[in-house]
Amino acid sequence: MDQLLNDFSPGLFTMQLVILLVLIFLMAKFAWRPILDALNEREEGISEALAAAEEARKEMQNLQADNEKMIKEARAEREAMIREAREMKEKIIADAKETAQFEGDKMIKQAQLAIEAEKKAAFAELKSEVASISLGIAEKMIKGQLSTENKQLELVEELMADIKLN
Amino acid sequence: MLVKSKWLSKRPTKLFALVLGLFFSLSTYAGGKKGDPIDTQEEISAYIMHHLQDSHDFTLYSSAKTGKHYGFPLPVILWTSEGLVTFMSSEFQHDDNGEVIVEKNGLKFAKIHTKIYELNPGEDVVVFDDKHHATNAVRPLDLSITKSVVGMLLTAVLMFLGFVSLARGYKKGPIPTGVARGLEPLVIYVRDEIARPNIGDKKYRQFMGFLLTVFFFIWTLNLLGLTPLGFNVTGNIAVTFCLALCTFLITQFKANKDYWKHIFWMPGVPVPMKLILIPIELLGTLTRPFSLMIRLFANMSAGHIVVMSLISVMITLKVVMGPVASTGLSFVLSLFLTILEILIAFLQAFIFTMLSAVFIGMAVQDHEH
Repeated sequence: MDQLLNDFSPGLFTMQLVILLVLIFLMAKFAWRPILDALNEREEGISEALAAAEEARKEMQNLQADNEKMIKEARAEREAMIREAREMKEKIIADAKETAQFEGDKMIKQAQLAIEAEKKAAFAELKSEVASISLGIAEKMIKGQLSTENKQLELVEELMADIKLN
Repeated sequence: MLVKSKWLSKRPTKLFALVLGLFFSLSTYAGGKKGDPIDTQEEISAYIMHHLQDSHDFTLYSSAKTGKHYGFPLPVILWTSEGLVTFMSSEFQHDDNGEVIVEKNGLKFAKIHTKIYELNPGEDVVVFDDKHHATNAVRPLDLSITKSVVGMLLTAVLMFLGFVSLARGYKKGPIPTGVARGLEPLVIYVRDEIARPNIGDKKYRQFMGFLLTVFFFIWTLNLLGLTPLGFNVTGNIAVTFCLALCTFLITQFKANKDYWKHIFWMPGVPVPMKLILIPIELLGTLTRPFSLMIRLFANMSAGHIVVMSLISVMITLKVVMGPVASTGLSFVLSLFLTILEILIAFLQAFIFTMLSAVFIGMAVQDHEH
């Protein structure tokens, strides 16, 4: 300890103190402050950039999700439209068929009615024709049979016979 | 630091020459006597102790045969009873025993064991008592540019250049280039591993100037001490005292009310205990920086002593093992220890800064009771 105290040099201590204080002052002013400021600035910049990147990533994700949602919606819409179209097509076809059937039936019915009417008319005409033909024939036959006296008498007799029977 | 290592790697021959210089200067340093190499254990330990001391000359190499020293003198600046006196250290002619008297401004100076003494008026020679203390001389305030001061100035310049270049680098872009790129992680390390966790995110900023400067100052000086230039700055008690004093003053002046309350009236303990704790806590405020001072000083001094002792194994074991084996052993051991010392150089700088941050943190933290 005595040796240590004897070795202690107040002059060296003074010089060291002066050098150290001046050095601290100079370094703080010209080196440490700008260095630490620059480091802080850089670190802030980095963390800001990271935050911005994270933000962008999230936004991107959102966008992607939106896109996917939109695609899904579009697909669903398309499918719905196709289904609707198909349904409409089927309905139209069915409607057309029904209408055709109905029209056909109606026409057939009308045709049948017309045929029926024609037939009736034809029958009626035929009847009257037949009646007139048979009347003519009957006239001619009667004329032929009753051409002689005998035959007229025979007929009267016959008729008379019939009356007796009654 | 990186500047230095780059410098060294670019000039391997110069480095090699410096290493050789240390080996030679160790084996041939003339301890005052011409033609007598340092080869006994007493001489070696005296030489090592001498190396640990600050020096007024910058000696790189000394020849035992001619007694010549190669290096350069440094200015001696003294604040004496008559005011400021300056001269070059070469005027002492490498005398360290008070034999050469330098006369300046009517005052007489002698250098004894690396300390400069001012002789009392009327005296012509230094008179020693039986403990080899000068009795007729006083020590003036020695503001000389000693070897340690040169080391500190060199460190200061290196630090300033290195970190100002780093600071300038940020003006060009967010990422520095070149040497500064290696310095940036160190700054971030001190900030994120030392200052922030111990002082707190809100308050650390104002202490960064001190912590960063002290960290790089100690580290660079520790590493300079490993070079063959032979600096032993951080192993000097005056230097570590100054560093610890700064920590102490910052702790005391930046301390908040809570800190003083914990010293003078510890909350949460009974009153008699509070009274007992006052002197203990007060002592604690002193022992903390004191431990900082002693730790750094002792570690760096011990490192220098051990490395130099292992180098001197080459000489002390020459008789027993032969020159080749002793040199080989010395080389392997000192190489191993030097590598260890590189680690310790960082470790001690780290510990000093870390504990300073812890003490500052204790003084400024907000207690949540």
